[in-house]
Amino acid sequence: MAVKERMSGNEAVAFAMKQINPDVMPAFPITPSTELPQFVSSYIANGEMDTEFIPVESEHSAMSAAIGAEAAGARTMTATSSAGLALMWEMLYVAASNRLPIALAVVNRALSGPLNINCEHSDSMGARDSGWIQIYAEDNQEVYDNFIQAYRIAEHKDVMLPIMICQDGFIISHGVSNIELLEEADVRNFVGAYEPAHYLFKEGESMAVGPYAVSAYGMEAKRAQAEAMKNARQVILDVAEEYKKISGREYGFYEAYRLSDADYAIVAIGSVCGTIKDAVDALREKGIKAGLLKVRVFRPFPGKELADALGHCRAAAVMDRCEGFSANGGPLAAELSAALFQAKSRMEVVNIVYGLNGRDFTVDDAEKLYQDLARLSEHGNQETEAYRYIGLRD
Amino acid sequence: MKQLTEIRWHGRGGQGAKTAALLLADVAFSIGKHVQGFPEYGPERMGAPITAYDRISSQAIRVHSNIYEPDFVVVVDDTLLHDVDVTRGLKKDGAVLINTEKEKEEILPLLNGYAGAVYAIDAKKVCMETLGKYFPNTPMLAAVVKVSKVMEREVFLSEMEASLRHKFEKKPEVLEGNKKALAMAFEEVKLYRDREVKR
Repeated sequence: MAVKERMSGNEAVAFAMKQINPDVMPAFPITPSTELPQFVSSYIANGEMDTEFIPVESEHSAMSAAIGAEAAGARTMTATSSAGLALMWEMLYVAASNRLPIALAVVNRALSGPLNINCEHSDSMGARDSGWIQIYAEDNQEVYDNFIQAYRIAEHKDVMLPIMICQDGFIISHGVSNIELLEEADVRNFVGAYEPAHYLFKEGESMAVGPYAVSAYGMEAKRAQAEAMKNARQVILDVAEEYKKISGREYGFYEAYRLSDADYAIVAIGSVCGTIKDAVDALREKGIKAGLLKVRVFRPFPGKELADALGHCRAAAVMDRCEGFSANGGPLAAELSAALFQAKSRMEVVNIVYGLNGRDFTVDDAEKLYQDLARLSEHGNQETEAYRYIGLRD
Repeated sequence: MKQLTEIRWHGRGGQGAKTAALLLADVAFSIGKHVQGFPEYGPERMGAPITAYDRISSQAIRVHSNIYEPDFVVVVDDTLLHDVDVTRGLKKDGAVLINTEKEKEEILPLLNGYAGAVYAIDAKKVCMETLGKYFPNTPMLAAVVKVSKVMEREVFLSEMEASLRHKFEKKPEVLEGNKKALAMAFEEVKLYRDREVKR
């Protein structure tokens, strides 16, 4: 039986953490994810969880302790944002290359500077090549659902990779709205026990974690790790299919909203997708065939699937909540453009950077962008720059 | 109630405007509404102007932007009227609700020509008579329910009693004061100026 509740995104993820009750959580607080270790600590103090909570002295230590715990054979999680994720950087690669399926709740926030606490995807986008699976959410419901699916994906024997479950800082993490929660027994039954094939505390088996590899062997290790990321594709879909059976909610690599007959598409990640859906409905009323392609899974990147979903559109705007500083556009646009090229698409594509440092993006902004796409597909792409900003002050 | 009601709160850091916005979302949720309650985070510190928002709807809410054209505005501290354009974007058929001890002659000229309805409540008076301490949240919550009509008075009071009973489980003496503050606030809301009706 689903339980109707109202919660912030942080409360929702903390609740999922309680329902899963992993073995270990090392954590160091940083806005806007601070509430996650706070809630978990309260649950533990109240006897509702028996997770071993380790208050560490930095995020580098948090990820180091998570690696140690996970290597020992314990199901492990942590949470962070922004500079906290940046401080974990070195250890992110250690976790992924040692094939340790740690779950990390990322509450997306801008990186400095200027010093800013608000939403941006630059933190997790910066970590996109660290070997972690990355799944993004539109709202509190999705981030709750994604977290419950996280361990089933990460711990799958064909995957064994760490996973980031991302939500938009403040917009989702601190906004209270309606949500449907699963019963704890259903969650525990779905997630199941963690039974890794190899771990440090396994009796009668010795193993090395994080050894040096000479050039004669290192490349094979990387190739095997890449294979695991490829395998994650099918596992993500299989886990979603199973999750639908207990939740009634459908997930995949992406959500296509009124896209199947759309002429103009926006491609985006995160909470902005809810805002864009309202714009799509308003434009459809006026006879403009607008649609949305919401990217849920960024790692592994479902390039072919996204290109196929967009295939019939006349023009698309790809939105990045991250500057990237490549001087050539944001990371989503770069990867999607490559996928469209591979798919031999000749669609007009523009790249939009929006929402930096928490700058708001409105239904009106989305409607104007669709109208720009309509003009662009009629008169050809007049954009002289590789990408442009929306919401920038004059 | 129409399908979607949007409310913007203006307060100063430390006065509980954000908490009040979340409480309103809570109580609307408890009667089966779809809700959003969220603060706008900035360099928040005691006394600095802060903004918080509510969306209350009979249907699922997807939009995730701030509210620029609210149906109602709540001002928790009347000194903000000098610093912040509180009625910016406020719908003409909506209303602004101000916590103030001042008379309408002093308040109305500070509203930048807003043509909609203006309500006032002296939350301090309500608090001092019922709680003995100044917590503007509680009376403001009741006042905004009255002005916005997002729910019936009796439904609101009984839902609030249930949630206060839970919240103050260990401090039952606080419960009675809060209940009185809510009921009194309903009576203390004054109409300073009705909207200019054009039919």
